[in-house]
Amino acid sequence: MTLASLSPLWPELIVAGAAMLLLMVGVFRPETDNDGEAVGWLAILALIGAGVVIIQQPTASQTLFDNAFVIDGFGRFMKLLVLAGSAVALLLAFDDFRDHKHMKFEYPVLILLATVGMMMMVSASDLISLYLGLELQSLALYVVAAFRRDDVRSSEAGLKYFVLGALSSGMLLYGASLVYGFTGSTSFPVIAGIAKSSVAAGNIGLIFGLVFLMVGIAFKISAVPFHMWTPDVYEGAPTPVTAFFAAAPKIAAMALLCRVTLGAFPGFTAQWQQIIVFLSLASMLLGAFAAIGQTSIKRLMAYSSIANVGFALVGLSAHSAEGTQGVLIFMGVYLVMTLGVFACILSMRRQGGAVDTIDDLAGLSKHNLPMAMTLLVLMFSLAGIPPLAGFFSKWYVFLAAVNANLWLLAVVGVLASVVGAYYYLRIVKIMFFDDAAEPFLPVRAKALAVMAVSVVFVLFFVLPFIGGPIVEAATAAAKTFRY
Amino acid sequence: MTDAYALFLLRDYLPIVIFIGVALAIGLALMVAPFLIAVRNPDPEKVSAYECGFNAFDDARMKFDVRFYLVSILFIIFDLEVAFLFPWAVAFKDIGVFGFWSMIVFLAVLTVGFVYEWKKGALEWD
Amino acid sequence: MALTAGFFYLFATLAVFSAVMVIVAKNPVHAVLFLILTFFNAAGLFILLGAEFLAMLLIIVYVGAVSVLFLFVVMMLDVDFAELRAGFIKNAPLGLMVGGILVIELIMVLGFQVLKPGIAAQASVPIVPGASNTAALGRVLYTKYVYFFQGAGLILLVAMIGAIVLTLRHKEGVKRQSIAAQNARTPATAMSVVKVPSGGSMIPDAKPARVPEPVE
Repeated sequence: MTLASLSPLWPELIVAGAAMLLLMVGVFRPETDNDGEAVGWLAILALIGAGVVIIQQPTASQTLFDNAFVIDGFGRFMKLLVLAGSAVALLLAFDDFRDHKHMKFEYPVLILLATVGMMMMVSASDLISLYLGLELQSLALYVVAAFRRDDVRSSEAGLKYFVLGALSSGMLLYGASLVYGFTGSTSFPVIAGIAKSSVAAGNIGLIFGLVFLMVGIAFKISAVPFHMWTPDVYEGAPTPVTAFFAAAPKIAAMALLCRVTLGAFPGFTAQWQQIIVFLSLASMLLGAFAAIGQTSIKRLMAYSSIANVGFALVGLSAHSAEGTQGVLIFMGVYLVMTLGVFACILSMRRQGGAVDTIDDLAGLSKHNLPMAMTLLVLMFSLAGIPPLAGFFSKWYVFLAAVNANLWLLAVVGVLASVVGAYYYLRIVKIMFFDDAAEPFLPVRAKALAVMAVSVVFVLFFVLPFIGGPIVEAATAAAKTFRY
Repeated sequence: MTDAYALFLLRDYLPIVIFIGVALAIGLALMVAPFLIAVRNPDPEKVSAYECGFNAFDDARMKFDVRFYLVSILFIIFDLEVAFLFPWAVAFKDIGVFGFWSMIVFLAVLTVGFVYEWKKGALEWD
Repeated sequence: MALTAGFFYLFATLAVFSAVMVIVAKNPVHAVLFLILTFFNAAGLFILLGAEFLAMLLIIVYVGAVSVLFLFVVMMLDVDFAELRAGFIKNAPLGLMVGGILVIELIMVLGFQVLKPGIAAQASVPIVPGASNTAALGRVLYTKYVYFFQGAGLILLVAMIGAIVLTLRHKEGVKRQSIAAQNARTPATAMSVVKVPSGGSMIPDAKPARVPEPVE
């Protein structure tokens, strides 16, 4: 093996190398409360660099290390989303962490290492690389959830996330060992070959393994009924960390789910489709109804992310190129909308500190119309109102479900969107028609930039030169799998 | 695994089995013997905790400093690192240059962690 | 192979017994000690399977390090055990119900459907005859599985950073020993002659190098 043959691995090597280098840079600089700012900018630079390398990579599929690592259209699309999510979430962290005098250089380093884990997950084509990627990501996430360690709620969020995450990792590992035991291989193509053969048809041990694997991953994407940790962790973790959690890790875990179902178990479609359909229905409904009574906007976003995972799973359950394309587009749009909303949440600051209840938004339009309009556009998009991006992303997944004759999913999905629209529009109503609360401090540049980009994206997704390349890339990426 | 190999393997471990057997016998004998032959005459004052002549202040179970925990976590990490060195050393002849550099990279990654730990003062006890 | 079977049943029985004792033992320290016994027996089972390296790893890592950590944690957590047990009794019926349902499900699954392990493909890495277990691992771990090996290294790095970020704090105002600085002290920097006026007094200053001003 030569260095040249490692070229598909360059993005991962760049991010991992940057993490270690920045750890050394950080620790040899004098220690202050906010010693992570320069390191943070360099980390963003490394993420951008890795993204550029991914764009430059050839489009053909390549595998490394005996199929443990695969780079293909699907992987590149998802990795770009992951890198963008990590970079923007990191950008949003600067101001808020500085307010708390806790912008330590470990934070960007841990984000970089989590990103390496996510990239390993996206490229996993082996049960071992799946698990290692997942653990690398999760371990870093547990730490950043509790990063503000003097805050009880942050520590509690970290602990809850850790305990439930460890439980889910255990289940995933149990499933992986069953799959290995019954197929004799950890490699996805080999497993797929055996699972397709007539010997394995309906093998109960293999089904058990598949189920446990999917339970483990369902925890990570917080699909109902494995969502219990999400609202508490989202509420307790520092807000920039929540923004990070809602964006990149969801995408990586969704990519992993696609790899397992479409890549390793196309022979067991009937079995996993049942599970995905159930997860999808339950997530959409619970996400829609449970969000109604929330008062904290962070908890609301947690339920919103649960519902959105449900919508994305609609596309996966169709088991078609169209469906996978829908998942890819949906996750891309979801990423932009979520980060935009979190940029707004991070701008909800008053003299005494940040606030996070929905009532604090009352009458926002009267003293900060641009921010109110931004939230309005993002909320309309999340609710799925045409011609915004959120409408198209839902359109693609529902269309795939209808074409796969999954009518129930499509109908429930539309109903859940309607229920969801209620609480998204309630926020709009509070902002525009309620009596004005105390005004917020002015929006800061970084949050403003993220808001502006997300609003432009959401508004003009319909134009061919914004939505077009994304849809095209997703179409190409979806062809990676055979259906 | 064939039976012959199993026998061969078990013969390797025979000394350990004997060792554990002897340890068990001696340990049990020393634990059981006092029950049988020692004079026992318990008294509340004799069996209560003794703390320099006055009554015990509180429960013997005290909170440990979190520092102990940090040290043992760091120990486990390096313990695992060392565990990876054993098969490497045993198979060193077969794995060639690539195997050598693979371990060096692994050690370099953990050395980065070690330097961080050292500079941060995690190994110092205030 | 009566001998192997005998040892297998010895280790297996002890492992199950001590595993049960881990959750039954009232004293958490005893529970950890039983956990250690479980690890030992599992190591014995590994040896019977020919997986010597895993057996030794179990003893070095789990018995030597992880259970020590468990003991620290058990002792560090200032848990009121009486209170915990009260909660246990209160929730016991629910726990028993859930456990019972799981057992019934497992029995149903295993009872009605025979598991077919015959579909396994060839092992992806055949074991070289004659090589010891450790050598066989070493031959593939650093070359064929280098990706996983380096991934494991990164996970250990994250664990290291995480442990330090979350728990390390330095106490303020701790005076550390600095041998170089101590050796570099000379009478000029360490001592000062002070004239104390008769009937007056002086408060020694914290900084020794400066000449303290006499009071009054």
